[in-house]
Amino acid sequence: MSRNRKRSKVDEQIDENLRRVYDDMLGEAVPDRFLDLIEQLRRTEPPRPSGGKERDDA
Amino acid sequence: MTRDPRPATEPPVSHPDPREEPDPREEIVEHLASLRAFGMSLTRNSATADDLVQDTIVKAWSNIDKFEPGTNMRAWLFTILRNTYYSLHRKRSREVADVDGDYAAQLSEKPAHDGRLAMTDFRDAFAQLPDDQREVLILVGASGFSYEEAAGMCGCAVGTIKSRANRGRKRLAELMQLDADEALEMTDAATLGVVNAPPSG
Repeated sequence: MSRNRKRSKVDEQIDENLRRVYDDMLGEAVPDRFLDLIEQLRRTEPPRPSGGKERDDA
Repeated sequence: MTRDPRPATEPPVSHPDPREEPDPREEIVEHLASLRAFGMSLTRNSATADDLVQDTIVKAWSNIDKFEPGTNMRAWLFTILRNTYYSLHRKRSREVADVDGDYAAQLSEKPAHDGRLAMTDFRDAFAQLPDDQREVLILVGASGFSYEEAAGMCGCAVGTIKSRANRGRKRLAELMQLDADEALEMTDAATLGVVNAPPSG
């Protein structure tokens, strides 16, 4: 039946538009506050030294 | 923790010693844009989305020991974001969703030629869907997760994810009057073709 073909064509069109909406949002600049936050987290809890013991102080 | 038990003399090929792996927290920064896009589609509000992303970063950073190395970091972060959203949302369930203007109007409208839909119309229609349908459509329709991955992230059965996606697509088609218009056009053309065709013979 062409009804199914029509249906899946509509779905394709919808997914294409979903991707466009999503890609447009992806293309937005990431606000500096997030990078600042990560920088701050890094400072308060530095990356684990490789091979070392994990610090687990509260 | 079953690691490849190959002898220590043989250099690891694609299975680096876990102690040599970089801190997975350093990977979080690579996913900020997609986290934010997912948050925007879930909340439909850029300020709420940004707060969610911020909470997600802090939670991910301090719970990184719960992340299984080698699994999908983006899926893990999305899961944290959606769980945070739903726990906040339940608390505020009596409040009306605050859909902001930016969400719908961020982009200038594009003409709806050649099968493309007017973006603002599509965004408006998308924003009207229930949370669970919007979420699944973004996960599987737009950001390329499989139904199985989405099921894992949402903590429900694959069949549930599929039916949410189907209902969401169907509702969008209705809101955009997609199938109705197309079907009409086709029917009209076909009908006219028959009516205007000269009698054969």
